[in-house]
Amino acid sequence: MSSRDLILGRVRHALADLAADPAPYAQAVERTYLREHGERTVEQTVALLAENLADYRAVVHRCTGRQMAGTLARLLSARGARTVLVPAGLPSDWLTDVTADRVPDSLLSTAYDLDRADSVITGCAVAVAETGTIVLDGGPDQGRRRITLVPDHHICVVRVPGQVVSSVPQALERLDPARPLTWISGPSATSDIELDRVEGVHGPRNLEVLLVDGQPAATDES
Amino acid sequence: MSGTFVGMPAFPKAAHDAVHNATLRANLRHATTTIRRKRADAVAELSDWAALREAGKQIKDHTLRNLDRYLEQLESAVTAAGGTVHWAADADEANRIVTGLVKATGEKEVVKVKSMATQEIGLNEALEAAGIRAYETDLAELIVQLGDDRPSHILVPAIHRNRGEIRDIFRSEMMRWGRPAPDGLTDTPAELAEAARLHLREKFLRAKVGVSGANFMVAETGTLVVVESEGNGRMCLTLPETLISVVGIEKTVPTWRDMEVFLQTLPRSSTAERMNPYTSMWTGTTDGDGPRAFHLVLLDNGRTDTLADAVGRQALRCIRCSACLNVCPVYERAGGHAYGSVYPGPIGAILSPQLRGTGSDIDASLPYASTLCGACYEVCPVAIDIPEVLVHLRERVAQGGPVTRAGTKVVLKPARGHAAERAAMRAARWALTHPGAVRAGQRLAARTRRFHPSRLPGPGKAWTATRELPTVPRESFGAWWKRTDGGTRDGKGGSR
Ligand code: SF4
Repeated sequence: MSSRDLILGRVRHALADLAADPAPYAQAVERTYLREHGERTVEQTVALLAENLADYRAVVHRCTGRQMAGTLARLLSARGARTVLVPAGLPSDWLTDVTADRVPDSLLSTAYDLDRADSVITGCAVAVAETGTIVLDGGPDQGRRRITLVPDHHICVVRVPGQVVSSVPQALERLDPARPLTWISGPSATSDIELDRVEGVHGPRNLEVLLVDGQPAATDES
Repeated sequence: MSGTFVGMPAFPKAAHDAVHNATLRANLRHATTTIRRKRADAVAELSDWAALREAGKQIKDHTLRNLDRYLEQLESAVTAAGGTVHWAADADEANRIVTGLVKATGEKEVVKVKSMATQEIGLNEALEAAGIRAYETDLAELIVQLGDDRPSHILVPAIHRNRGEIRDIFRSEMMRWGRPAPDGLTDTPAELAEAARLHLREKFLRAKVGVSGANFMVAETGTLVVVESEGNGRMCLTLPETLISVVGIEKTVPTWRDMEVFLQTLPRSSTAERMNPYTSMWTGTTDGDGPRAFHLVLLDNGRTDTLADAVGRQALRCIRCSACLNVCPVYERAGGHAYGSVYPGPIGAILSPQLRGTGSDIDASLPYASTLCGACYEVCPVAIDIPEVLVHLRERVAQGGPVTRAGTKVVLKPARGHAAERAAMRAARWALTHPGAVRAGQRLAARTRRFHPSRLPGPGKAWTATRELPTVPRESFGAWWKRTDGGTRDGKGGSR
């Protein structure tokens, strides 16, 4: 007998004491918990996102679509970044003011190549206010999972309020599980040494989140 | 290396030794008190905590009740997404599968994400025997591995080590495993973390094979979920060409939507955070992003035997958050090593004797490693009634009865030579000579009186056959004294 059949057979055997015909999934679980916690206006939800991100030591900035390219350039030079990784589908007008060398992510780049980049800029799929989380789904403006992992500095652009939801249940509704997903809440951290929190063990030690109001520059003509 | 738990003394002996280790106790007390307080705050933020807990319990119960169906669904979903599914009935088979898969890649080393399933089966030792070196990449696991030590906590496995000890381990051992510790390394956490970062980064960048566990597997979509903080998980899950995940069959949940419950309850229960820094979710393989080959090894290793026990099966709901460890007065004093298993604390006391059977002294004594104070049940995010299972297992050990081992029903004989009685009595003596543990227990005992049988089950049975076990008072004397200021204030009635 294959181990597959053996294990499945043991499972069935183990459950033999239970009555047949258990409730279908839809009725088996009472979902009386909340879809979101508390009532907030859209602006309050964005403010809560900013607050919770900062609480976990991400550095949060806000600007309008028009100011975005300038802000990104300023954040990079403030860190002295000479090279910046960019996903293939990052809108080119985000980078109009950037002077650092752009390194487009490519399937050919090795982990060592990525290790040499100073910073990386991406968009995101959705951001969760209650937990201070941004979620990447490998979309064109986010690129492969590894590019936001190896460099030490990650700038993530969140369009507000369009990409912001209140809660985890609302975020899951928006996401496609077929895509590789990375949920990020603050920079890499460990509490393994006497429960003292230290930022940055293996992932980026510096996470900056840029909340951009309204549309990106190209369409921000109002 | 001494990384396994084989030949552990029974709990009372191990605990007895541990409570005399002052450093260990100080490290643990500091850690568990800190995390306990933070957890309570994080949970209090969610007004619907009770409903989330109940939903989590129901989702897991429903899954376990239909586990065959959900495992088949999971297998097809993972396969459809480009992964390969393997089934392992026990530790040996799982180790053989993983070793074979690594060998097929031609690689001699793997990077590992902290995973209790792989510790449970002794994968690192099996790989080493096959000439493959496994590098632990979680900071705490690195400390344990370099120190040739054993993990003592589910979440923070090196919780028993303080910063000075860690620095000494890094200084003396890092060079044997790769990049040595930087010169003049001090014991500040930031410097220690930096040393680990440098040491491990060279391993991540060249790694071709990653090995992980998973916190959840979604049957409907075939998605695996790993929750972590440091980013070492993301490194192992995305940089290598081949990814092998060894996961217990009980980690299955039916649908994508179910993650909305556990992603809220797990981080708050374990690290007391609103959300852990990183969560990775992947479904099979993705072209151009992450490993090109993905293998899922579904592990039984005693889980179906546990499932066969009508009372004990609830232990399989466990999402390994470790909240029960942090509130346990016995764990706080005895430390994780005393439990002789990768699953320490209250959950270990009910899980290990079910996964492994109660044949050894340590496993037979584990159900007694508790004051039955009920604190573990109160904090458990999937409402596992640990005291109920403990009492049930004590009865099993002492009186014998039908159990399932390796899929076959057998009748367990009562523990030989009153071994269990001795174990219980030694455990009781231990508790009595450590009044702090008992006091902490008593505060909650009043609320959990329904767990206290009027006759002792098992080993104490003969003793209570002619005596009534004193009932636990509604309030301990100490608490009454405090509440009423030594009886000078209204002392009528006990608090409920
Ligand atoms: S038994 Fe409950 S509290 Fe303990 S680790 Fe498991 S889920 Fe957490």
